[in-house]
Parts: sequence; structure tokens; C-alpha cells
Amino acid sequence: MARVVVDVMLKPEILDPAGQAVVNALPRLGVSDVASVRIGKRIEIEFAGDSEPDVERAKEIADKLLANPVIEDFTVRVEE
Amino acid sequence: MTARVGVVTFPGSLDDGDAMRAIRLAGAEAVPLWHAEAKLHQVDAVVLPGGFSYGDYLRCGAIARFAPVMGLIVSAARDGMPVLGICNGFQILCEAHLLPGALVRNEHLHFRNRDQLLRVDSPDTAWTNAYTDGQEILLPVKNGEGRYVADPRTLDELSASGRIVARYLRGNPNGSLRDIAAIRNEAGTVVGIMPHPEHAVEELTGPSTDGLGFFTSLLKYLTGVPS
Repeated sequence: MARVVVDVMLKPEILDPAGQAVVNALPRLGVSDVASVRIGKRIEIEFAGDSEPDVERAKEIADKLLANPVIEDFTVRVEE
Repeated sequence: MTARVGVVTFPGSLDDGDAMRAIRLAGAEAVPLWHAEAKLHQVDAVVLPGGFSYGDYLRCGAIARFAPVMGLIVSAARDGMPVLGICNGFQILCEAHLLPGALVRNEHLHFRNRDQLLRVDSPDTAWTNAYTDGQEILLPVKNGEGRYVADPRTLDELSASGRIVARYLRGNPNGSLRDIAAIRNEAGTVVGIMPHPEHAVEELTGPSTDGLGFFTSLLKYLTGVPS
């Protein structure tokens, strides 16, 4: 079944302290050349029935609930 | 007639009991409201309490905003009904677009639980008229996602229009922009605050009784409103 994947990321100007904490932990793995890590969410949506995935409705769901446009951007794509 | 003040219980609310107690101490009738029931039971005002509604899933307050009772609260608030959102309630008010901006993870990633000094900068709301301009009050703050953010234009507008209700003093517990602890809507009927006035209403259990003013303010406000 085809699913719609929504990726939600904090807007670039919003501080991501969790991502920074990951950057700060990387030297413990011997990795010292990472400048930035930002953490987002991946949300997979499957519509009921056999119909084609409805990208427009997925966008509406993302805009109203999955992402908060004040602090987050999102992208919607169909994954086969 | 005694004012009726509703307190919503969502799955995961923690401070609904304290909010009801604070309302009773101020001299009003506390009316429990259930998240899944689209009924306001003729309340004159509503408190959205602290806690972790719906487990904070997705984002704090994101799912609570769509609770059946919230639709009624949002439209009543737009018609002038006073609403106070405390902590998780503040997050819900932002998610419901009754207040601008959003509350995100504390800058230092730690949950902060301490007694916090605030300065009241907008004593002309339905919830803060018992305070004087610039009054310093001590309230418990306890949050993991209490950092207020908004774009610079919104912050400037809040500042210029006197809509920053309270600011953190002597240390910002969460990295909140411009030390914002509480904001209001234009009418001054809807207020969101991160620290907890309902935990500072009795000498025995609170660091002060400075929080009681939020609830006595409401009663004073309601007596001046023609019903």
C-alpha cells in the first residue's frame, strides 16, 4: 500500500537544543567534524481502502495537526 | 450570584485539582469540565490546567486543542469569555491560536522545577487586575517545554502593545525569548502563563500566596461585566 510520508522540521531560525546535545555527544564517538544536527519527525500516513494516496488531504492534516507552522516546516511525499 | 469557573480535565492533566482549589479559595464555584464532553455547563470563565494532556504526544497541547470541549472554549473565548491557560494550558492556547507564538523545549534541555520571581507588567487583564504595575510575585515554575518563541515582529508587537503580562526576574528558567513568562490577547481576557499561580495560594503548600490574585482578579472582572 502506498503511504504518504510527512517530514516535520523545526524552522531554521528555531533553536534545536536536542540537536545541539547530539552534536556535543559526537566527539565521544571520535567524530569531531559535525557542525550541526537538527532533529525532526517523520510521520507515515496510510489511508483506508485501495484508493490512491491523497496528498492534498495529507497536506491539510500536516498543516492543521502534524506541524505547527509557527515553529515548524513540513514536506509531504508519496512513498511507493 | 457566585461566579462559575470551569476547569478542564484532559487525559494527563495534573493540576486540575489545584486549580479548582484556588478558584474555591478565591470565592468562586469550581466546575469540572471533561475534555470529551462538548458542554460548558454555563461557566463564566475557564482555566486550562497544567499537566501533560494526551501524553504531550506530537507537540505539547497539539492534540488537546482538538478535544470536543475545546471547540466551545475557543469560540466562547473569541466572544470575550475569560480563559487562563497555565503551563500545559498556555501551550494549548498557543496551539489553538488564541495566543500567538509557541512553547518549545527548554534551551538547556532540563526540566526546571523551582520557585520563580516574576514581574507583572500588564495588570489590566481579567486575570491580573489585583496586581500593581511592576509588582514582583513568587510562583512555582515547573516545565520541560516552557520556552516561549515567536518571530521578532510578533515579539515587538506584544511588547509595544503591552501584551507581555509577566516576565521572569533573576534568571530565566527555560530560555524564553525576552524573558516572557505570560502573555495575553488584545482584550486582556485570555492569558497564558508558564509558572503556576494555582500552586501559590496557601502558606502551607506554596512559596507564597501571590498566585491567588489571578483568581480574585477574575472575580473582580466578572462583577464588572454585565451578564
